[in-house]
Amino acid sequence: MSKEYKIPTMAEMAAAEKTPEVLFWVGCAGSFDSRAQKVSVAFTKILNEAGVEFAILGKEESCTGDPARRAGNEFVFQMVALQNIETLNLYKVNKIVATCPHCFNVLKNEYPALGGNYEVMHHTQFLQSLINEGRIKLKDGGAFDGKKITYHDSCYLGRANGVYEVPRSVLQNLDNELVEMQRTKTNGLCCGAGGAQMFKENEPGKKRINTERTEEALETGAEIIAVNCPFCLTMMSDGVKAKEKQESVMVYDLAELILGKM
Amino acid sequence: MQQIIFAIVTFAAFGFAAKQFLKIRRNILLGKDKDISDNAGERWKNVLLIAFGQKKMFKRWIPAVLHLFIYVAFLFTQIELIEILVDGFFGTHRFFAEPLGALYTVAISSIELLSVGAFFATLIFLIRRNLLAIPRFQMDEMTGFPKFDGNMILVLEIILLIGVFSMNGADKVLQSMGAEHYHMTGNFAVSSWLGPALFGGMSESALIGVERFGWWLHIMTVFAFLNYLPISKHLHIMLAFPNTYFAKLQPKGEMENMPEIMNEVKSMMGLIETDPDAPMDDLPEFGSNDVMSLDWKNVLGAYTCTECGRCTSVCPANITGKKLSPRKVMMDVRDRATEIGKKLDSGDMQWVKEELKAEATTLTKENFDDGKSLFDYISNEELHACTTCNACVEACPVLINPLGIILKMRRYEILTLSAGPGDWVPMFTSIENSGSVWQLPDARDKWAEEATSKN
Ligand code: HEM
Ligand code: SF4
Ligand code: SF4
Repeated sequence: MSKEYKIPTMAEMAAAEKTPEVLFWVGCAGSFDSRAQKVSVAFTKILNEAGVEFAILGKEESCTGDPARRAGNEFVFQMVALQNIETLNLYKVNKIVATCPHCFNVLKNEYPALGGNYEVMHHTQFLQSLINEGRIKLKDGGAFDGKKITYHDSCYLGRANGVYEVPRSVLQNLDNELVEMQRTKTNGLCCGAGGAQMFKENEPGKKRINTERTEEALETGAEIIAVNCPFCLTMMSDGVKAKEKQESVMVYDLAELILGKM
Repeated sequence: MQQIIFAIVTFAAFGFAAKQFLKIRRNILLGKDKDISDNAGERWKNVLLIAFGQKKMFKRWIPAVLHLFIYVAFLFTQIELIEILVDGFFGTHRFFAEPLGALYTVAISSIELLSVGAFFATLIFLIRRNLLAIPRFQMDEMTGFPKFDGNMILVLEIILLIGVFSMNGADKVLQSMGAEHYHMTGNFAVSSWLGPALFGGMSESALIGVERFGWWLHIMTVFAFLNYLPISKHLHIMLAFPNTYFAKLQPKGEMENMPEIMNEVKSMMGLIETDPDAPMDDLPEFGSNDVMSLDWKNVLGAYTCTECGRCTSVCPANITGKKLSPRKVMMDVRDRATEIGKKLDSGDMQWVKEELKAEATTLTKENFDDGKSLFDYISNEELHACTTCNACVEACPVLINPLGIILKMRRYEILTLSAGPGDWVPMFTSIENSGSVWQLPDARDKWAEEATSKN
């Protein structure tokens, strides 16, 4: 890492009369969950290294309202969403990148109806464009080289928004063998966190959804499960732990894998 | 004589069916108005690819190919069916044979070949349904009438094919005997050998009997089908087309906005002026608890459902043993819509809302209240198990969206009933008070400060 590592806020940028290229939307998990924080750090390191002028909202960011809306609580959703849109419009934000596909989906598809129109990218798409533009240089030899990877489609990047190939082509840049699970792409199985399930006990049943999905991932013989969502990250990590495989199988976000090659 | 009986039966069959189809239409329109007149081009493309082209069926090859035989045979058989209607009314015999000439032979031969395919496909469908333990046909919601229904349409299909081949086969033998009225039609691909094999050596009068029997069996089975459709999952042969036309075009992840709530919150936040004299609903209802508070499009989906269970077989909640089954959600909505329709037809004033009983003169969907709702069909436990993963939506070969209904019912539970899982309450409060899903003492950008301070 050569350049100075900085994470400026929109307020600081505005004070310096600068407009960043892109706003990094961190999300609740990326801000508060200790595992997902590491993804936020990895992604901002990549942005620094690639020389991307970016900023975060910092204390001015709120939850996008996704779990409230999906649980059925439209009032709470509208309150935070409208507040976020006010903030974003105040800073005249054009372009947003999110490391959480739930935030990505809401910002991209649902804020326009409330008056928030932005170009929104998921960080895997952003990483792909940085690689394509040659702004990220991958070195030979990296921490994860040679390990077998399986990629877990998140529901909100995959089926919800039809993005299946971009994350896979990002992974193609690594020196790893990519193996598919039985249910992939449009048929990918949920990790069990979506629709506000993350915030409640499971309904009675025979099995946890993350166990079902983790078993499938382990069957591929992969040593790394690559994810693109902080909630999948939690769910799959829990699943691996429940199977007592945490010594041999790691769960990483795509950003962490790319950083390992920089 | 035959002509008169035919005309009476035909008008009765069509008349009775029309009445039932109008009821289905009425039941679908119990749902709220929703304007879906945009993007006609893209919508027609869906009809062509998904309904006509059966694109999504081919996610599973075996049933897709089997179904394709039945489906294409059905489409082509319409030629034969129109001919039967013409012959029936005007007392002609194989009316199209002369004007079409060689083309007629090709057309009937194609229908015959497809019908053989359809015959075997139907047999295999029957075996799959009854002998092989295919999980999606064996779930709780597939007992009773739905199970009967699944077999019924297959049996009707077989009866129909028996009619077709008796009719054509006997006809071919009669032609070769030079029987009166049975003019030459050229060789049919199947009945030219099947006819002599089955009916060769029979007397002319017996053969005419077989031919007439086949002819009547064919048309009567069609009429039976027509009148059975309204209560069957087989209704999909018609509704698959409009349902794909009206399907959602936005990204699957996009939830419908609720402008009424948005505007209320906007005025609370001082973002818009509100008219203080605007009439206020005293008891606003949000979300859906019944067919009348769903959109007509949701109800159309319920009547289109083929009960194939592809949605349920990919539902993560269902796979892991939770009560939720998206197929059951669709079947429940259909059953409830049908129940309301029947009660409305009865005109019984006991179903008028209590507070409107004094002034009401007739029972309408506006004043209807039978003390029941969709929640009597779909439990909270089912609704709460959904991860909103869209697997069911992706899987449906006719573009039904079970998730849309689940989300509307969750809205009703939370917004109108103020109920829902207790675990969600701290999440709601925390988002409302601190702008985060978790109630935490740390600042939102603490991670960034810590990360950069290590520089
Ligand atoms: C218009 C003529 C059609 C006919 C005669 C027809 C006939 C049938 C029959 C007999 C079945 C029962 C199969 C079984 O027992 O599983 C069936 C099922 C089904 N049909 Fe059709 N169908 C027609 C149109 C369509 C269209 C346009 C679609 C749209 C893609 C469609 C989608 C389905 C589906 C999804 C099933 C459930 C089959 C499964 O288990 O995968 N059908 N149809
Ligand atoms: S969206 Fe809900 S009902 Fe549909 S498959 Fe996923 S969990 Fe099941
Ligand atoms: S909703 Fe679609 S996928 Fe599910 S049973 Fe009905 S037709 Fe099949």
